[in-house]
Amino acid sequence: MIYNVTINDKNYRLELNRANGRWSCRLDGCAMEVDAVLVRPDVLSLRIGNLAYEVKSERVAGELYLWVGSQRYAAEVRDPRSLRGRARDIDDRGPKKLTAPMPGKVVRILLSPGSAVEAGAGVLVVEAMKMQNEIKSPKKGTIQKILVSEGAAVNAGDVLVIVE
Amino acid sequence: MGHPTITSRLMFKKILIANRGEIAVRVIRACHEMGIAAVAVYSDVDRASLHIRKADEAYPIGAAAARESYLNIEKILDVAKRSGADAIHPGYGFLSENAKFARSCADAGVKFIGPTAAAMDAMGSKTKARRAMERAGVPFVPGTSRGLESFEQAEQVAARIGYPVMLKAAAGGGGKGMRLVHMPQDLKSALEGARSEAERSFGDGEIYIEKAIVNPRHIEMQVLADEHGNTVYLGERECSLQRRHQKVVEEAPSAIVDADMRRRMGEVAVRVAQAAGYTNAGTVEFLVDQQKNFYFLEMNTRLQVEHPVTELITGLDLVHLQIRIAAGERLPFTQDDVQIRGHAIECRIYAEDPDNNYFPSPGKITLLLQPSGPGIRRDSGMYEGWTVPMDYDPLLAKLIGYGTDRDQAINRLMRALNEYFVGGIKTNISLFRRILRHPDFRAAKLDTGFLDRLLKQNDDLPIENLESEAKAAEVAVIAAGVFAALGAATGERAMAGSNSKAASNWKSTAREEGVQ
Repeated sequence: MIYNVTINDKNYRLELNRANGRWSCRLDGCAMEVDAVLVRPDVLSLRIGNLAYEVKSERVAGELYLWVGSQRYAAEVRDPRSLRGRARDIDDRGPKKLTAPMPGKVVRILLSPGSAVEAGAGVLVVEAMKMQNEIKSPKKGTIQKILVSEGAAVNAGDVLVIVE
Repeated sequence: MGHPTITSRLMFKKILIANRGEIAVRVIRACHEMGIAAVAVYSDVDRASLHIRKADEAYPIGAAAARESYLNIEKILDVAKRSGADAIHPGYGFLSENAKFARSCADAGVKFIGPTAAAMDAMGSKTKARRAMERAGVPFVPGTSRGLESFEQAEQVAARIGYPVMLKAAAGGGGKGMRLVHMPQDLKSALEGARSEAERSFGDGEIYIEKAIVNPRHIEMQVLADEHGNTVYLGERECSLQRRHQKVVEEAPSAIVDADMRRRMGEVAVRVAQAAGYTNAGTVEFLVDQQKNFYFLEMNTRLQVEHPVTELITGLDLVHLQIRIAAGERLPFTQDDVQIRGHAIECRIYAEDPDNNYFPSPGKITLLLQPSGPGIRRDSGMYEGWTVPMDYDPLLAKLIGYGTDRDQAINRLMRALNEYFVGGIKTNISLFRRILRHPDFRAAKLDTGFLDRLLKQNDDLPIENLESEAKAAEVAVIAAGVFAALGAATGERAMAGSNSKAASNWKSTAREEGVQ
């Protein structure tokens, strides 16, 4: 299997094969001795050579993170032959969705559909645990659609606004 | 000073815990250790909370909003009656310092585990407390002991005591209604701001003025008083690490307090408690200036969040003692019996996002790996699979490290923080690693401005970590591949998840290809 892996915006090519319970691995062409045991869901005990690591996997609002020790890495894994890899390419060109980073209540909507928005400009305000959090536009564009109204309760990952 | 088995005929049979989260769990555990049944109450969003899982009985008391449930005196007393509880432990926050609640409990014939309503009244208003304490000869920060009547009066007092001055709400707490004023020309707007904030937060616009102590330490003294006139102090806690006037790290003992200073502060604290006719557990807070002068700040008439550090260095269980005192027992030891041994430090683990200015981060805990081992105590209200509600204070747990000395306590705590993993939500665990490795923290150079200064700096990982950093990234790459190859739980669950990008991509692509 060949994976294209992105860790904190850096791309790696990983060849990984398993036969008879043993892994063979090449990272950017360089052979590595790997031994892995999934000790419980989302927790991997990993040996690289004789160095031992515990790696945790976490998915928050659809994004994948891997924790090595106390360090968190944003991760993306694409299998060049898989459906998912191709799907993601399409997705990146399309309109951007603004999602709720945490469950809460929409307290204010700052822009209306059709209005122009700068990258980083506040679009709406979500309140949780008595704290207000401004949700900002990821890109310069136009507000295509607002899917929530003021006062609505939202969950983490809910799509709030689409920016085109 | 062992704790004999509870045989007293007067001991409670059943205690209602009028709280939630880690403190409710803490009190339930004490009840069970003493052979007492524990009654929990919960709001609509807390049915699945840990305190309900630990309790013997549990009663719903209404909507998520605290005033509908955890602050609703009528509903809580109704549960006390229905369950036959003979005492109520209020925990901290919510109704714990509410004199009306203490009075209502007494009227309903249920013992309130805490001070009397009269003692709370005496301490509840900071200006009233100040007048009572002045009579008892307690040292104060120079200022007024009555609310300011006019701007002109504020101007005169500020000129007399000297700038900078601090304006404070008499009914205040948690930093609300507080303003630091450096210059005379800023006094007027600060006074108006403090007054309107105090009115909004506490329904009481009374403001008083004090000389501001620059970069003070915040050190508090634990006291315990029985209902037979015996009052003791159990040593100090250093609580200087605060953000937005909320404590973040606490430790005991304080590195700057020696035996003599401890005795002097302790004796003042006992005088404060006695002047108020105080019973049960309480805390006297002091500001300490750079010359180690200490000034009375206020008395907290409840069990404190940070009580475990005192428990670890004294070997006492404060909740057991609270219950025994409320049941009418005498303190089972004297001041001379109280010995301090070792050092303890507490980290308050909050559901907060360090990358987003420490905003609350409620949500579902998808993975929880918890530390244990030598010198580690964990008072937690969370479990894996639990959804942290957005309606309350985001305190998840307290992690406390104990050691022979301060260095060992820090090292154990650091080790435990590295073992701690809370997945699915953001927590402030990384902040504690930053604090604990900071040279000033290591040297115990602490003051109330420490944390704000630390947060202004970038997270400064030393350069030599760059290589291991690159190595760790490679480990992440390999792990990402292995997780994917194993079709490991994460991937499969994400596929099944409703709002995951991977799932929707997968489905939409499948649909597209199905059409082709």
